[in-house]
Amino acid sequence: MSDTPSPYDSDAVAASTSTPEDEIPGSPTSPRAAGFAAPTTGVGDYVRQRWEAVKAGELGALPIIFGLIVIVLIFGTLEDQFLTARNFTNVLLQMAPVAALAMGIVFILLIADGEVVSIDLSVAFVAAVGGVIMTLLQRPDDPGWPWWACILGALAVTTAIGLLHSLIITKLGVPSFITTLAGFLVWSGVVLWLTTRFSTAGTIRIQDERLVDIANNFLSEGVGWAIAIIVIVAYAINQTTTMRARQGRGLDTKPLAIVIAQIVGLAAVVLIATAVANSDRGVPQITITLGVFLLLWTFVTTRTAFGRHIYAVGGSPEATRRAGISVDNVRIAVFAINGFMAGVGGVILASRLRSVATNTGGGNLLLNVIAAAVIGGTSLFGGSGRVVSALYGALVITSIQNGMDLLGLNSGIKFIITGIVLLLAVMVDSVSKRRRAARGLT
Amino acid sequence: MTATESSGDAPLLTCSGVSKSFGAVNALYKVDFEVKAGEVMALVGDNGAGKSTLIKGIVGIYPFDEGETTFAGKSVKIHGPKDAADLGIEVVYQDLALADNLDVVANMFLGREQKSRGILDEVTMEKRARETLESLKVTTLRSVRQTVAGLSGGQRQAVAVAKAVMWGDSKMVILDEPTAALGVAQTRQVLDMVARLAEQGYAVVLISHNLHDIFEVADRITVLRLGQQVAVMDRRSSTQQEVVHSITAGEMKHVPGMEGEVA
Repeated sequence: MSDTPSPYDSDAVAASTSTPEDEIPGSPTSPRAAGFAAPTTGVGDYVRQRWEAVKAGELGALPIIFGLIVIVLIFGTLEDQFLTARNFTNVLLQMAPVAALAMGIVFILLIADGEVVSIDLSVAFVAAVGGVIMTLLQRPDDPGWPWWACILGALAVTTAIGLLHSLIITKLGVPSFITTLAGFLVWSGVVLWLTTRFSTAGTIRIQDERLVDIANNFLSEGVGWAIAIIVIVAYAINQTTTMRARQGRGLDTKPLAIVIAQIVGLAAVVLIATAVANSDRGVPQITITLGVFLLLWTFVTTRTAFGRHIYAVGGSPEATRRAGISVDNVRIAVFAINGFMAGVGGVILASRLRSVATNTGGGNLLLNVIAAAVIGGTSLFGGSGRVVSALYGALVITSIQNGMDLLGLNSGIKFIITGIVLLLAVMVDSVSKRRRAARGLT
Repeated sequence: MTATESSGDAPLLTCSGVSKSFGAVNALYKVDFEVKAGEVMALVGDNGAGKSTLIKGIVGIYPFDEGETTFAGKSVKIHGPKDAADLGIEVVYQDLALADNLDVVANMFLGREQKSRGILDEVTMEKRARETLESLKVTTLRSVRQTVAGLSGGQRQAVAVAKAVMWGDSKMVILDEPTAALGVAQTRQVLDMVARLAEQGYAVVLISHNLHDIFEVADRITVLRLGQQVAVMDRRSSTQQEVVHSITAGEMKHVPGMEGEVA
């Protein structure tokens, strides 16, 4: 192609094609000469690929499964009450506020860009503000709003707070760490001020029964089973249609055996959980609410262009900007979503306790929420994680709290253990990130 | 090479007398630059010669202070990367602008995701990404669903180029130092791809410090020195020595501030 002498003539190339990624798999005469993977991989290949990915730091849900096994072994042997149906439904109720808040935090962590940590330290008190607003709005005749309007009012306020934070972060360039550290004080102050201003004792009770029901009611046995079946069938349909669409266009798919195994696995977990819950008081209503939010945000993050842009900002803000996407708008939307979920968490929190008080949103709620997101597998370094990790992490962290409470451990010991668990989760994240970087898989 | 045979055509892009200053510094002064469809125009010059400023002016990141730009025979004003993309000018930057955590398909469609009823159409995107990579004879990817972080430098460059040319309306591709960080075999792949782009009728601007690369694929060479254009050479009738001489000691045509400007 050129008459100019070149250091890149064919001999030099032939001598240097030993790098693995430069090899061309498949015969050049085959119809798939482009060298991409074959349309369907075997089960063995699939399992091997996944195992390679795990070794390279793509841990997926493995730390969660491992963590839950350890929790069940330790607390199950130390405390008879831990592995009972009653306690299982208790954990489902207790994890709800943490899970709702952690879903918002997953969004915040996703847009961290390696160097600049993206965090919301104010989330627990923003949630408390939401809970207080809802509680104030429902007070009979003062103003006595209907229950749904109280919830909307709370969500509107917390979403606005999220927007306010995001504008300070994006337009004024104040790091999220500092903005929300200030927010931590400001919103805890607002909670303290509102609760003491509108009550002498510092506690305001929720009198509207429908608001109390949100986090304290259970589904009847029949409805619980019906929802369980719907979830399993919907999952199976979704998996098989995805597979068929890809096969129809000649793209590679997961092996059928793996898809079936996943469907059976999900069905087993859902059916056993429903049976256990039904043997006690039933499936908590709030578990279904969380499931709806899980579906909504999973859809947004994985099936929409906006969700793709969230991951892109967490991977490379510069690449995202050059692709013509407004990084600021993505950040603003993410903080607004987080504010909204803080409101959801606040409503659940207030409903569960049937009241709000001066200390609502305090204690170790914030740490539990951030720990839940990270334990679930969302990276603190941005660009990696799933919404469902908020639920996994909330389940783990709540089980630990619940077990320690049952054992009647000293508060100091509980703090120490929670702190160590959080540190362990972040260490797993750091080590797996380093392995991913070493293997070139971020 | 088919590209050289078309060099008699009118240029696709012409910049005449474009200048850009930052404060008192004349980063570009009365530069003439052109590139034709189907040709590889190399843009060379020492550090600070104005290569990047010229590119940023063409794509509208730092619009020129003065001078005329025509594209496909029409006078155009490009005020931002969006305008450039609308005309069909795509830039592949040195640092590639790929998101490491996204897979090849997601990167190629970043900001221009294909949707059906508001939902990402992964199947269509994957097919099109594959077809584009195949048309550029990029055959070394294990899967278009692997994350970009796991790719070699040459593969990343290939993905970046494929991303730039995947759009039916792109006519011109600017490559900023595409081989700077690559090994021998990977440089070979990228240069082949550059030649293929020109064969497919794209106007290609190749910014490079490596004269070997340039003499391998370029049809013509524009030399910048201290913000001025000092030479436009035909690759076949020039030697590397001549190019080096122009880069380091090319004759400056203008003396900024000393010409018939309003005093």
